[in-house]
Amino acid sequence: MLRLTAILALLTAPATADEIWITNEKDDSISVIDVATLEVTRTIPTGERPRGITFSHDFSKVYICASDSDAVQVMDPVSGEILHDLPSGEDPEQFVLHPDNRRLYIANEDDAITTVVDTDSRRVIAQIDVGIEPEGMAVSPDGKIVITTSETTNMAHWIDTESEAIFANTLVDSRPRHAEFVKDGSELWVSSEIGGTVTVFDVASQAEKAKIHFEITGVHEDRIQPVGFELTPDGKTAFVALGPANHVAVVNAETWEVEEYLLVGRRVWHMAFDREHKLLFTTNGVSGDVTVIDVEKREPFKTIKVGRFPWGAALRPTEG
Amino acid sequence: MRIFGLAAVLSLSLGAAAASETQVRIGYLSVDEPAPPVLSNLDPTPEDLGLAGARLGIEDNATTGRFLNQTYVMDETRVPEGGDAVAAARALLASSPFLVLDAPADALSAIADLPEAQGALLFNATAPDSALRDAGCRANLLHTIPSNAMRADALAQFLVQRRWTEVALISGAHPRDLAFAEALRGSIAKFRLKLVGEKDWVFDADMRRNASAEVPLFTQGFKEHDVLLLADEIGDFGRYVVYNTWLPRPVAGSEELVPQAWAPVVEQWGAAQLQSRFEALAARDMQPEDYAAWAAIRAIGEAVTRTGSAEAATLRDYIFSDAFELAGFKGSPLSFRAWNGQLRQPIPIVTDRAVVATAPLEGFHHQGNELDTLGRDAPETACTAFKG
Repeated sequence: MLRLTAILALLTAPATADEIWITNEKDDSISVIDVATLEVTRTIPTGERPRGITFSHDFSKVYICASDSDAVQVMDPVSGEILHDLPSGEDPEQFVLHPDNRRLYIANEDDAITTVVDTDSRRVIAQIDVGIEPEGMAVSPDGKIVITTSETTNMAHWIDTESEAIFANTLVDSRPRHAEFVKDGSELWVSSEIGGTVTVFDVASQAEKAKIHFEITGVHEDRIQPVGFELTPDGKTAFVALGPANHVAVVNAETWEVEEYLLVGRRVWHMAFDREHKLLFTTNGVSGDVTVIDVEKREPFKTIKVGRFPWGAALRPTEG
Repeated sequence: MRIFGLAAVLSLSLGAAAASETQVRIGYLSVDEPAPPVLSNLDPTPEDLGLAGARLGIEDNATTGRFLNQTYVMDETRVPEGGDAVAAARALLASSPFLVLDAPADALSAIADLPEAQGALLFNATAPDSALRDAGCRANLLHTIPSNAMRADALAQFLVQRRWTEVALISGAHPRDLAFAEALRGSIAKFRLKLVGEKDWVFDADMRRNASAEVPLFTQGFKEHDVLLLADEIGDFGRYVVYNTWLPRPVAGSEELVPQAWAPVVEQWGAAQLQSRFEALAARDMQPEDYAAWAAIRAIGEAVTRTGSAEAATLRDYIFSDAFELAGFKGSPLSFRAWNGQLRQPIPIVTDRAVVATAPLEGFHHQGNELDTLGRDAPETACTAFKG
């Protein structure tokens, strides 16, 4: 019966049936959303407290931070089966896959360490001492720099991927949560949850070049807590999740001014675009759902119920 | 922009072998008080209450300091019962202007008034007395433990939100019970709840055996009420009242549903990480006094990180500036009230099993910071030491 359904699904599926994968932190599962139908098509069990999620560059494997299982799980995205675990260090929260498609840089939240794992040999290559509660992870497009942000130390640590050692530390506002290299790697953006800001660094000099502030009428500034964010491929527009402010800010990435605030679900956390960057999916932790935003119209238009405390989001393009 | 300049300079200086080191020395003084007798010794007070939090704060500061060439040292002094707390404080102040104090109110005032303490930064990590934040305040004495008034206000907000507006109160006879009862009365008036009756706990019988017989009768006389409040800060009788009341009513205050600076059940906003770091260090749960001592040390650390200075005056200016914000794992940035030196902070309202609510609750607005709906606000404070 199951097979029959699968075949039927294949037959009726559109040419591309891309998926958005959502980790449900408090359900120990992944909800798979079909981008075409905007429905949850699969719920896949994972280890305990799944948070960070990323696909290998060929999308043949998906890596999942199962924080409370102290493991990075490697899953076959087709079957949903766990292939094996990677040695991840304790309490992995977030990670980033190097452009070499081999090295996985993992933030070990409880240990103040960034662990570098070779995903092929499944061995730990290096462990780098960073600040307290490392979380945000980013890698430059050329693969030369990896960033770890530490929540309680309030820094972005700049790691040279050749020596696997820190070469600079830059302070940001309180509780940095997420980091991304943007605009072809010329800028690094870091969000600060308690500080309520996003800091923009010039990568070449590691100097701060701008700070983005947010203000929503009727929402106390303390509730505005930037977490995850994504930029459109042209580097002109950023979408910033504002946590318990329940809004996503649309930021002009050239002037660093906020143009709009979009109301989404409660405690909005991370997000992922669809393949064409027409849709944006945000995870809303407290309300246990995903908001779908029409990127061009800048309009949230659908809410999809997922598991408890959705956290991470990642696109899986498929050739259906 | 100033911060950026600092960050850039510091990151550059890290590479230089000759980069100068900043050492921050902090004194920690605990003053032992006689433990009042309680009916049950189910929950002994940890020997390192408060101190363990301070030690974690030092570790946290040191991890950050490692990247900035800043180191932290803590001198720990413990004064036994009947010892000379003021002399011990004077000795600590000889080597550092930063002092975290676990001491009763009178000792705190005496220490703050020492000539050696003028220009120092003292942190009260354990004394909840409202007077220390009011007429008895000192300009060099900051408070990281919430006042009784803050805790009582937090609970009162919850009662208002639940519409449990008619309350009865039982108070113990220990000065700490009386002080919390007084704070509860103040919050009852502030949030327009109705106190329908009040009784003093006077039993000298063994409640471990008698509670089910005595407490129903003791509470029978109360007029109709929605909730029974207990002021039993020393943990004497409260545990025997729960489920033994004449009317089936929830119990709150010092027992059952308790407003606390911190509790093991706090897990949101990254709190789980702080809890597990503490547990790894102290092999026990983190209590409010531990949290307050941790926050004091972290406040110093945060100011050192941001200013690159270890001078008391510089750190004080920064701590009282708009730029200061401490990430305290309670969902809002923490900062110090300019009018009395109290750390403003959310107050979780907890049972043994869960956080029931966190004050300030939705709907309690303030023209400035909603955290200032808890405790003495600027217009009503009798503290003048911080002016000018």
